[in-house]
Amino acid sequence: MEDKKTFIDPDLTKRTVIGPNGEDITVDPIQDYFCDALPKKHEPKRAKIFENFFNWARAESIWVLGFGTGCGSIELYPLLTPRFDAYRFGVQMRPTPRQANLMIISGYLSVKTLKRAIRSYEQMQNPKFVMALGSCTINGGMYFDSYNTINRLDKYMPVDVYVAGCMPRPEAILAGFEALKKRIKAGKAEGANLYAENFETYKANQKKIIRDWNMPDYNW
Amino acid sequence: MEKIIQHLQGAFDVKAVKKQRNDLYFVTVGKDQAIPAVTYLRDAEGFSHLVMITVADWMEKGVFELNYIVHNYQLHADISICTNIDREEATMHSAHHLWEQAWTYQRELKEMYGIEFPGSPRVDESFNLEGWDNIPPMRREFDTLKYANETFFPRPGRVSHDPATYMKQKLYPNE
Repeated sequence: MEDKKTFIDPDLTKRTVIGPNGEDITVDPIQDYFCDALPKKHEPKRAKIFENFFNWARAESIWVLGFGTGCGSIELYPLLTPRFDAYRFGVQMRPTPRQANLMIISGYLSVKTLKRAIRSYEQMQNPKFVMALGSCTINGGMYFDSYNTINRLDKYMPVDVYVAGCMPRPEAILAGFEALKKRIKAGKAEGANLYAENFETYKANQKKIIRDWNMPDYNW
Repeated sequence: MEKIIQHLQGAFDVKAVKKQRNDLYFVTVGKDQAIPAVTYLRDAEGFSHLVMITVADWMEKGVFELNYIVHNYQLHADISICTNIDREEATMHSAHHLWEQAWTYQRELKEMYGIEFPGSPRVDESFNLEGWDNIPPMRREFDTLKYANETFFPRPGRVSHDPATYMKQKLYPNE
């Protein structure tokens, strides 16, 4: 086919705006709004008792980013209703990645959504965890031969806990929270550090399928 | 409904009429008469609602069959105006001036099948596939499994069975 125009997000182009006192201000969003610094590995506290205390606190306050993909997002809403009541496990939803520490990838991810998921994940602050629901995130599920959905999530972002099923019911997701808590308390939920250590590999995999890469390599 | 079909046959060169139900007809016309026929249905016969623009890929015949399905709220009836266009040089007249929803349908058809709609607003912007550089994925010559295996990372160990033989082995192994 013929060459396609690459669509550049107009919000990300360099431009001049007029300030409050009438002066010209040059804005380059890629430089000004995002940070190009690479992610850093989180070093544990030297005394183990402090690290254990922090891990306990992290495990008991899991704040979930309200980011729904695929069919699993509809399974997340009942979690907050009185019947399942995830709040008694210290789980609550947050509207912005800056306040959340758990990202739930709730089902299949199209390439277009993966781009947004990666941006949201990178905007979350350490320590951060990823839970993947459903067989679609494990091996592609019923969309294994689709031209547009990824097969394995762990090639693009580090996954701390998988909840299998198609789709997992809210009880299974609660069990997933419990499994994640155990991992955090044992100090094994090291997804963010894995991401920082293998940053080049993850970026190479992401850029292989996201063809219109018009964002900085790391944005937080 | 029969009267409307008769009006269509009188005004346009109708090649085929297929009655699916009492309230659903498929009317096949030539490529240049499809948009005038849809315009006539909208303006003169009260088919004011565009249900969808959809396309079927007939690779064996070398054509795309475009369907413009319109709905009449008074009659609770649908008519689909069908037309065949050449598959290799897929170009169709745009319907963006009739309904604004047609913009999005045509944008999607451009992306998924590579059908050109000259003059349609924003038709060149990407819709679902951002930065797609292969042949349009809904064309039947596109091998999705091969593409997925090359592009994504298939997890080894996936097996698939023919459902009939597999169920027979599981349920009636001795027969």
